[in-house]
Amino acid sequence: MKPFTRLDARAAPLPLANIDTDQIIPKQFLKTVEREGLSRGLFYDLRFDDAGKPRPDFVLNRPEYAGAGVLVTGDNFGCGSSREHAPWALMDFGVTCVIASSFADIFYNNCFQNGLLPVVLKPDEVQDLMGECQGGNHMVSVDLAAQTVTSPSGKVFTFEIDASRKAKMLNGLDAIGETLTAAPDIDAWEARRTLTHPWLEPTR
Amino acid sequence: MRAMAGKTLYDKIWDAHLVAEQDGEAILYIDLHLIHEVTTPQAFAGLRANGRKVRRPDRTLAVADHNIPTEGQGLGVAAVADEEARLQLATLERNVADNGIEFFPMGDVRNGIVHVVGPEQGRTQPGMTIVCGDSHTSTHGAFGALAHGIGTSEVEHVLATQTLRQKKAKNLRVVIEGTPAPGVGAKDFALAVIGEIGTAGGTGYVIEYAGDAVRALSMEGRMTLCNLTIEGGARAGLVAPDETTFDYLRGRPSAPKGGAWDIALASWKTLFSDPDAVFDREVRIDASTIAPLVTWGTSPEDVVPVTGAAPSPDAFASPDKRASVARALEYMGLEAGQPIASAKVDVVFIGSCTNSRIEDLRVAADIVRGRQVAPGVRAMVVPGSGLVKAQAEEEGLDEIFRAAGFDWREPGCSMCLGMNPDRLAPGERCASTSNRNFEGRQGRGGRTHLMSPAMAAAAALAGRIADVRDYLR
Ligand code: SF4
Repeated sequence: MKPFTRLDARAAPLPLANIDTDQIIPKQFLKTVEREGLSRGLFYDLRFDDAGKPRPDFVLNRPEYAGAGVLVTGDNFGCGSSREHAPWALMDFGVTCVIASSFADIFYNNCFQNGLLPVVLKPDEVQDLMGECQGGNHMVSVDLAAQTVTSPSGKVFTFEIDASRKAKMLNGLDAIGETLTAAPDIDAWEARRTLTHPWLEPTR
Repeated sequence: MRAMAGKTLYDKIWDAHLVAEQDGEAILYIDLHLIHEVTTPQAFAGLRANGRKVRRPDRTLAVADHNIPTEGQGLGVAAVADEEARLQLATLERNVADNGIEFFPMGDVRNGIVHVVGPEQGRTQPGMTIVCGDSHTSTHGAFGALAHGIGTSEVEHVLATQTLRQKKAKNLRVVIEGTPAPGVGAKDFALAVIGEIGTAGGTGYVIEYAGDAVRALSMEGRMTLCNLTIEGGARAGLVAPDETTFDYLRGRPSAPKGGAWDIALASWKTLFSDPDAVFDREVRIDASTIAPLVTWGTSPEDVVPVTGAAPSPDAFASPDKRASVARALEYMGLEAGQPIASAKVDVVFIGSCTNSRIEDLRVAADIVRGRQVAPGVRAMVVPGSGLVKAQAEEEGLDEIFRAAGFDWREPGCSMCLGMNPDRLAPGERCASTSNRNFEGRQGRGGRTHLMSPAMAAAAALAGRIADVRDYLR
């Protein structure tokens, strides 16, 4: 996983609440066996019309937001299915940070597995930032170590993040590798379990 | 600190599976890992790339459900028309074979929707931790198992370590009491809960469903209730196991047998929240006041009684909410204030992991028996598994549905998410027993109204959203 330390990028405002994972990446793009290449399906129905032409007014199609690395959006972003294709599609598109007032649980968790930083700010801060990003200047900077977001006009917002998740993001650590260092604990636990829950072994 | 307070059911299952803690994260043992074709190829590829193996193939069970067509399954994967789906299915077949994982392939009578198959086989048992790369894994909580959806990286993590790194959630108890009116069931309870707490109301919580109305539900009903937990934002929902649970499990292929059953049963009987357990939050719902519910909009929280109407944006204070209601009405092709029962339907879908079990099909068949699907309505029943289909056919339910004009199909996720050829055309309106009414969920531009199997059956007969109470016998 690529570490996330600091990001200076354009921020695209998407002022909608409850954007679900079906909207982030519709099901026809889930048939892939790869992680890459999903950017073509990102926000497909919002980005393209029925004929498959880009909708010129959708924020990510507007030239002033080209190459946006940050998305600023409404409440409960990422609700719905557990598809990790949602963070993969965002990352593949170049978005490595999403700022919202709240996130759905599974999506939030999936972000951390992929080096995509989900930032929770207070609703009025998100409003503020959204407003600024709708103006002429859309450059924000996100500093994970300092836990701050700096708006285009220079306002600084701080955010909370779980310390262990933060450390993993900063260092780009692989969760499986880390858990495997506890393999002796897992072995011991399984051995005890066989005694206390004999009906579970073997399962077939 | 709640030093001396008792434990909730969630606390008990959590504590029993805690292997270790690393930098403030718990490493939780996983008893059962269910896998399917859509959310696993990248996980197996990750294992291969890192030279890792599946730690416990025997605790992993695979099905093919999301992508598969609902006809011609006996012809095998090679006959699947959609090339990408075929590749995904073939990839799963190769991955399970390479790793020695039990697999019910498409066409096998035991195959079906992952959340129907696990319980049906007796793989799902009380007190277990269960995960799957699918958010409706919450279904298995009906057995008093801690069950929730995970992403593909976590699928890889569980395959490699048989554990998951987790933060503990808070406890929310939803108490449903009273006797529901005829025609009102588990689906209505679930929609009532989501309507009450909102789609994000359960975020950060594990829900335990309690109260006499929950106790009175069959296992199928409890699965419907727990299934929809994720639509309220909570990852997992639980019902403490009781005689209903044990009766359901006894004799299932993977349930313990003989002496092992008695040992298991004694353990399962300890799975309940202590009387002095403290919940962080409690919600109470009076089942006797719930009318048959339907959704009008594009979020599962957009519920109205079937006797109600689509709301007006003006009824909401916040500008954001007004905008989102207006947008949903436009998408759904409804006028503000339009009675919901006036909405004509084009398609009726009875199926999905929410409502495709034998009891769901019996309830729907009972409404449909001897009646006809309204002209112009495309109605289909997609049983949850090959075994549900076989059972229904033995009971003659397929004949009832067919005679009424329903299409009787082979099992799978089907139109719940429209990854296979079963989907809505733009603008089509569907009465659906599934779980998500998101924009485009059942097909681009499709309009989904969630409701119970009984209500969906009534809608098929009426050709519009209809009150099932007018069709009860
Ligand atoms: S039936 Fe629908 S919700 Fe259930 S597992 Fe399949 S796609 Fe997911």
